[in-house]
Amino acid sequence: MPIHNILTNTGEWLHGDGPHSQIVISSRVRFARNLRGYAFPGWAKRAERLQVLEAVKPRVEELPEMADAYSVFSQDLSVIEKQVLVERHLVSREHAAKGAGSAVVINRSQTLSIMINEEDHLRLQAIRSGLQLQEIFQMIDQADSALEQKLDFAFHPELGYLTACPTNVGTGMRASAMVHLPALVMSEQINQVIQAVNKIGLAVRGLYGEGTEALGNLFQVSNQTTLGEKEEEIIARLQKVIEQIIGHEQNARQILLQKKPNTLLDHVGRGYGILVHAHSMSSKEALNLLSFIKLGIDLQLFPEVCRQPVDQLFIETQPAHLQKGSQRKLAAEERDVLRAEIIRAKLASFPKPEAGRLKWTRPEQGEPEALE
Amino acid sequence: MNCDVCQQTSATVFLTQIVEGKMQKVNLCEACSKEKGVTNSTGFALADVLLGLGAAQEIERGGGVQKCPACGFSHADFKKTGRLGCARCYDTFAEGLSGLLKGMHKGTVHTGKQPVRAARAFEAQIQLKTLHRELRKAVAEENYESAARLRDQIRRLEVPVPGGAAGTAGVV
Repeated sequence: MPIHNILTNTGEWLHGDGPHSQIVISSRVRFARNLRGYAFPGWAKRAERLQVLEAVKPRVEELPEMADAYSVFSQDLSVIEKQVLVERHLVSREHAAKGAGSAVVINRSQTLSIMINEEDHLRLQAIRSGLQLQEIFQMIDQADSALEQKLDFAFHPELGYLTACPTNVGTGMRASAMVHLPALVMSEQINQVIQAVNKIGLAVRGLYGEGTEALGNLFQVSNQTTLGEKEEEIIARLQKVIEQIIGHEQNARQILLQKKPNTLLDHVGRGYGILVHAHSMSSKEALNLLSFIKLGIDLQLFPEVCRQPVDQLFIETQPAHLQKGSQRKLAAEERDVLRAEIIRAKLASFPKPEAGRLKWTRPEQGEPEALE
Repeated sequence: MNCDVCQQTSATVFLTQIVEGKMQKVNLCEACSKEKGVTNSTGFALADVLLGLGAAQEIERGGGVQKCPACGFSHADFKKTGRLGCARCYDTFAEGLSGLLKGMHKGTVHTGKQPVRAARAFEAQIQLKTLHRELRKAVAEENYESAARLRDQIRRLEVPVPGGAAGTAGVV
């Protein structure tokens, strides 16, 4: 499959129809694996990295899930193409910085991507829309078991799977969910939630993982530790916490709706006004304003047909996605102008938000349990 | 206490460094510390930034071995990168790592998924141990018939799994 198909078609997770998809954008699970007898990629000499790549890539391509996959060496991708894959969460930022000696294989539906010679020899990652941690865990577990029959993974009877970074040793697994929490941010409860989540050994990060800002009220919740717990236990714990966070966000929305409907309307209305009329917009501003439009759709201020175009804008207004259509790299100001233009065009068909329609029906009933 | 460099202003920055396995203490005043780039965050061990303060020192508690025999990775490399060189480094630096892992994770022993190959190898090892014990017993009892049988069983089990032995390539 040529890169063109990946660039022009967004993956499954961007269609946003998984369970709890109003609040949970996507779920992700990744496994880190290394081959026995070779230095980790960051320490290996070039020749050794190439040996690993040569040994691993055909095995990955053979996986049934990778039939007609998109498989490419890192040096054959342009900077913008790599960045598009980062924005889609199909490769990590670290992997995008790699040149010769690394590769990535992505399945047709863009739900499974396997990076070769990232920080570890193999990084298997599955991503789907909504809250589907169990499903993607099974998918990646299957791919891992199939690879393990052909590749001898570095495994220690006590420490489990051995990884370049000691923070990943054991299961080598990081599971995460990306959640949209505008009401918790607006009602200033978000820090309490983050602290409570941190206390039980889970991490909360910004949109693009470690060390990134929380833009557009989007947060990533993931497990912090990898040693001493079974994979299924980690997944179950994360699932439970995400369900609780969903409950808290739903509560916060209900309370805002009852007590501060004007604050809600003001945020959505201002967001709409700026997005429809701006002629220059940074990606940060776009994400923050689109977040309010997304909330506006959940609150029925906009008709449901607006949902997919808005979800698409979240990704299409990212810097590399903007530039993939143009032949050259755009300067920041040019990008801001183009971004505003794309948003205006898409929002032109939206009706104005109507205060009278403000209503929110809780998708799933049930009180959230208190976070420990 | 005055600054070790200019000997004039009183020291406010106290730096402890481990150089070539020896601890060095330096006391500096604000101006001199800036000049020497001590307060510059890039001079900070990356291991500390990535894995938490103290990680760089923790790894050295293992003492003794400075370099991994398999890949040549050293304490200093870990301090610089916060990453390890190869799978064998986990054995080489086991002592220093154990404290680090304890502070970092929920437990100290992996309880999750195992590669089937590893599980099989582990079982074979246990079986070999049992057979060796039985062999010693049979020899002690001068039961040579069963000793010969046990010896043959051990030989069969000791044939290495292709590609499975430590230090060889990870591809089957």
